[in-house]
Amino acid sequence: MTPADLCGLTMHEACDLLKKMEISATELTDAVLERIQAIEPRIDAYITVTDQSARRQAEAADEAIRAGNAGPLAGIPVAVKDLICTNGIATTCASKMLEAFVPPYDASVTEKLNNSGAVMVGKLNMDEFAMGSSTENSGFKITRNPWDLSRIPGGSSGGSAAAVAADMCLGALGSDTGGSIRQPASHCGVVGLKPTYGRVSRYGLVAFASSLDQIGPITKDVTDAAMLLSAIAGHDPRDSTSVDRPVPDYRAELSTDIRDLTFGILTEYRDAEGMDPQVSSAVEAAVRTLTDAGAKCVDISLPHTEHAVAAYYLIAPAEASSNLARYDGVKYGYRNPEAGGLKQMYNCTRSEGFGAEVKRRILLGTYALSAGYYDAFYKKASQLRTLIQRDFAAAFTRCDIILAPTAPTPAFQIGEKVDDPLQMYLSDIFTLSANLAGIPGLSVPCGFARGNLPVGLQMMANHFAEADLLKAAYAFEQAAGINGKKPEIGKDPA
Amino acid sequence: MKITKDEVQHVAGLARLEIDDADVEKFARTLADILEHAGSLGRVDTADVPPTAHAVQISNAFRQDVVAKHLENEAALGNAPESEAGSFVVPKVIE
Repeated sequence: MTPADLCGLTMHEACDLLKKMEISATELTDAVLERIQAIEPRIDAYITVTDQSARRQAEAADEAIRAGNAGPLAGIPVAVKDLICTNGIATTCASKMLEAFVPPYDASVTEKLNNSGAVMVGKLNMDEFAMGSSTENSGFKITRNPWDLSRIPGGSSGGSAAAVAADMCLGALGSDTGGSIRQPASHCGVVGLKPTYGRVSRYGLVAFASSLDQIGPITKDVTDAAMLLSAIAGHDPRDSTSVDRPVPDYRAELSTDIRDLTFGILTEYRDAEGMDPQVSSAVEAAVRTLTDAGAKCVDISLPHTEHAVAAYYLIAPAEASSNLARYDGVKYGYRNPEAGGLKQMYNCTRSEGFGAEVKRRILLGTYALSAGYYDAFYKKASQLRTLIQRDFAAAFTRCDIILAPTAPTPAFQIGEKVDDPLQMYLSDIFTLSANLAGIPGLSVPCGFARGNLPVGLQMMANHFAEADLLKAAYAFEQAAGINGKKPEIGKDPA
Repeated sequence: MKITKDEVQHVAGLARLEIDDADVEKFARTLADILEHAGSLGRVDTADVPPTAHAVQISNAFRQDVVAKHLENEAALGNAPESEAGSFVVPKVIE
């Protein structure tokens, strides 16, 4: 196999070849590291490449495979969004505030990846503190969409989605607070899954909005998403919001027989403001593909969808304003070295350490929680959250899987929305509700707009129904047969 | 909805942020846009709707209080901008 063939493998293909010892973890890891080196200047997906530790992990994986005691992901090169703590490896959140932060412990998901034998090749770029939909808010660099280098990869897990799409790792972890896994997956033509709130431990995930954050896989296909979810899911006593339920072997549950599932098509998307007609066509074609594959489809309504953006952009910043109070220049992270007194040190440290979008969200959240505005904003948004949950509960009495676009448009141009945060927020309209309700959501590629810009189909299921969700996505993926098309990287930005 | 520069500075003070004059206007404008949009929530009748703070029903997630290995003092201080005698050092609090 050529190095390009090796990098182009899915996780499950690589697993099979490794198990049969037709390839080694070392040659696979070397091929991926070389590809990162070759195309990183054009994509800018990585904040840190961990080549030395990756080679050590690959050697250990080869040994374990030879000895017959390899873990389920032994020798698979994966990468991790740079807000998941990795012991001894910088974890920056793409923020100047944490530029020099080296965690003294592993996140639960990092431990689980290590225990499964995976090889971590690096830490991926993102919007600073996961606040953004384009990865333009990174404090370090702007990641480019492998399908069109003049466009954003989506965000906040833009580095994760771009790296997977560009074969710079075989699979990746992202985090999703309002769509930050699904939207970049949609824009980069890969699969992204936000699990049910509580399915995956948040221990060691740098907190943005604690009642909404969830870690999940970004992968080349649905089978890989199932494998990676099985590896990272499960109860963890260190995250008291993780839920104690058995973790199925999601890959074993995959099947193309979806006659027992009813799909509910979200009717509100058709009239949504800013809906791109080519995205609508791709979603309609996807519904026909599912119907042809034997699925029952019905129309469903989530009447409060139009209020999701307002509710989310009060609740998430409110939680963020509280969570980010910890960055005070005392325990870790940046400190202004010159400030005289304590209060001045706090002010200077935070003003210099945070970027503009993080400051905007802290201001917004502080405003929404402040005396005189709490009832009108934070409390009202929390009541809307109840109504959005009730919408889903009603919809799930009529269907098992909700279908909607992941994003209203394909990837937009770098710079197009940076000066208009509200327009940027409105592009999250279809993904926010799943976080507010705590349900799982997945984006699977369903076609292209304007020739080569990927479009994602979003599927959402009831709490802890990831097995159904993955089965539905797998059946769609097999029926649609659009996997395998790869971006041509090499053209300079237009 | 209008947000004045003073309001931005007041909220920034609560959040321990300093916003320079060049940026205050920009923040005032973008915050006003967002809060104007959020104002649409006022049209929804929520009189009898309880607020939700959490999506999954979990209450009292207790665990056993057992002695276990935790971060050593040295590791916990490893990222501190300044430390001394096993403690974090902060600038003078009282003048």
